[in-house]
Amino acid sequence: MHFSTLRSPGTPIGLLVLNRNGIAWGLIAIALLAITSQPAQAIPAFARKYGLPCSACHEAWPKLNNFGQVFKDNGYQLENDRDSPIFQNNAYFPITIRMTPQWHLEHNQRQQVDGPLGTSIEQNITTSGFDLSGIDIWTAGTLYKNISFQVLPSADSTGAFHFESAWVRFDNLFGSSWLNLKFGKHELDTPISEKRFLFLTANGGFFQLYHFTPVGGPGLSSLNQFGGIGDNQLGVELMGHSKNSYTRYAVSVLSSNSGNVGLPTNQSYDLYLNGSQAFEAGRLGLQRVGAFAYVGRSPTYFLTDGGAAIPGTGRGDRSFYRVGAYGIWYLGKFDFSTLYMHGLDNAFLATNTPANTPLPLGSRSPTWNGGFIETHFTVNPQFVLVNRYEAIRVSRQAFTVLPGTTTTVPSDFGDIDAFSVGYRWYPIMFSRAGLAWHQEYSYVRSRKTSLVNNLDQGNSSLLMGFDFDF
Amino acid sequence: MRGTRWNRWAGVGLAAAVLLCAGAASAQESHVGKYSGNAKAGKINYRRYCIGCHGPAGDGNGENAPWIDPKPRDFTAAVFKCRSTPTGTLPTDQDLYDAVTRGFDTTNMPPWMPLTVVDRVNLVAYIKTFSPKWKSDKAGAPVEIPAESPVTIESVLHGRELFQKMECWKCHGPEGHGDGPSAATLTDSKDRPIPPYNFSTGTRFKCGNTNRELYRIFMTGLDGTPMPSFADVIKPADAWDLVHFLRTLQPLVTPEATVWKAWVTTHGNELKPIGPEQAPGVGQ
Repeated sequence: MHFSTLRSPGTPIGLLVLNRNGIAWGLIAIALLAITSQPAQAIPAFARKYGLPCSACHEAWPKLNNFGQVFKDNGYQLENDRDSPIFQNNAYFPITIRMTPQWHLEHNQRQQVDGPLGTSIEQNITTSGFDLSGIDIWTAGTLYKNISFQVLPSADSTGAFHFESAWVRFDNLFGSSWLNLKFGKHELDTPISEKRFLFLTANGGFFQLYHFTPVGGPGLSSLNQFGGIGDNQLGVELMGHSKNSYTRYAVSVLSSNSGNVGLPTNQSYDLYLNGSQAFEAGRLGLQRVGAFAYVGRSPTYFLTDGGAAIPGTGRGDRSFYRVGAYGIWYLGKFDFSTLYMHGLDNAFLATNTPANTPLPLGSRSPTWNGGFIETHFTVNPQFVLVNRYEAIRVSRQAFTVLPGTTTTVPSDFGDIDAFSVGYRWYPIMFSRAGLAWHQEYSYVRSRKTSLVNNLDQGNSSLLMGFDFDF
Repeated sequence: MRGTRWNRWAGVGLAAAVLLCAGAASAQESHVGKYSGNAKAGKINYRRYCIGCHGPAGDGNGENAPWIDPKPRDFTAAVFKCRSTPTGTLPTDQDLYDAVTRGFDTTNMPPWMPLTVVDRVNLVAYIKTFSPKWKSDKAGAPVEIPAESPVTIESVLHGRELFQKMECWKCHGPEGHGDGPSAATLTDSKDRPIPPYNFSTGTRFKCGNTNRELYRIFMTGLDGTPMPSFADVIKPADAWDLVHFLRTLQPLVTPEATVWKAWVTTHGNELKPIGPEQAPGVGQ
């Protein structure tokens, strides 16, 4: 292999370098990236149904363009009176699989490992090799005109399945595109879809901001059950849009279980709102601005039986919220997405304190601000360069001093900086299947989070692989 | 050394000149309202959105064409159904833009309204590069559409009379179900079977949905199909009467249908059926 690790004075353990024979590989790899951790959505079953190339709906699949957005907003209908399954051959079944055989390298800095005499030490860990992503097995489409559906059993790379989404949607209620009702587990109408973005690595394959949850200090955990707005959720969504989807809104009422089935938490409900407006800027293209908010509650303790929590009996609900604004900007072939988000978790959640016990002295509800800028340069429908920088800054820590200790919590504890860069090349572009050669590099640094020495941790991923769906 | 440099610059200049000439040769523009489109930009979006059906050469032989019915438009023939211009003439850029925007119901052509205006205008410019007719001919002058006459029962009944007299029923059927005696024999300009419009479905017409657009279809015809232009054989007032009658054949709530239903409940037995047994001109 062309990669090697080098340890020398002043050089972090495991720093990735290239030997002479690896320079060519390295030049390529610098632009590249890693592991599929998020189910992503591109459905050639639709392309087959309508005879359109992937590029009709996707800027670069799975990222939607506005035509694809309108198609999705219409309930997977083109509205040309050919949408109902009655117009399809009886043998047609809208099913799609997606997977990414890959090679990837993961480098994790300052990981806690067992040391001599029962101690713990920190060490950099690097691993690499050929691997598989998870697999998505999609079926989606229309049950009837203006009744659409989606079922997505998704497995991780070991083959363990779960339902990533499963819903039925009633479209164009009362003949209006402003009223569409979705029922079931669904992707929130997030500002920039995490399911349809163009990153696959373990560190870059999700928005840090969509899943960030603050904790009280190093080694502590949060009681918040909410996995973030990037997770698919269980509930109902009322969504509406103008005919060209330039104006859009969505309201979801969701069980407070972060999309987990079996009623595992409590009986409260969360609320998610998103609204946006697009406008044309001449030859630059379509620009969109919007705002969103998620308000939820999470239990802080459960009834127990023999000490074990009884699912669904969550008590002592405490609140949290995420609010933000965003913009999606086009400058011809170049486009970039910007997002700002502010969040707050109740002190009980962040300090891991059941609400039937008093809060530790000095504890506060942590707040944070974050944002990202993600850029794409679509050279043509078959080649796209991608890049993203993301930052999260905790503006108020849950503790200034850890309870029962003299250990102060640094003001930047848990701050995150994340960077990804890569490209996707689609050697084929037609209406039957999709294939992309994907290369990506991602790096995430979190401040003062190492468990032994409370130092910064940096994790990086490098991935190259064939992302295909059929 | 200096000579080498000059040679290099000369080569660059020559290459640039060749490229400029090539660009000029393929230059095609479109004009819709205040927007101007160019074919070069349109080609990018044509590859992205249109090529799967209409094909790289614009001849309607895209990879999906074998499975599509009706077949995609052959742009190399420069024959278009939906025009505001007289039969046999090229459509205006606005006509092509409207067709792209509106799409065609009951076909695989979706409405491309989600694309920006600029993108659609550019597509129109590129579509015009597929046939030399766009360089040798000019688009026809749009037919004039006079103000619509009032919707009255007299107008509807006269339209019904014309439906019989002009033998519309032979293709569209006596009840407008698209099942006239000639329906099964109809073919388009490429000798492919083509069904007449079935009014009872209530779906949008090929070239629009309003009464004005239906009026225009009479006057321009649908080039490339058996639907002729009636511009030379029908007066504007008669054409509006025919529009009013045709609306009664659709299962829609329209002013025409309201007037018609009210009249039929009391005078229905006075109507003579439309069809071959009727002598021309004896509609009522």
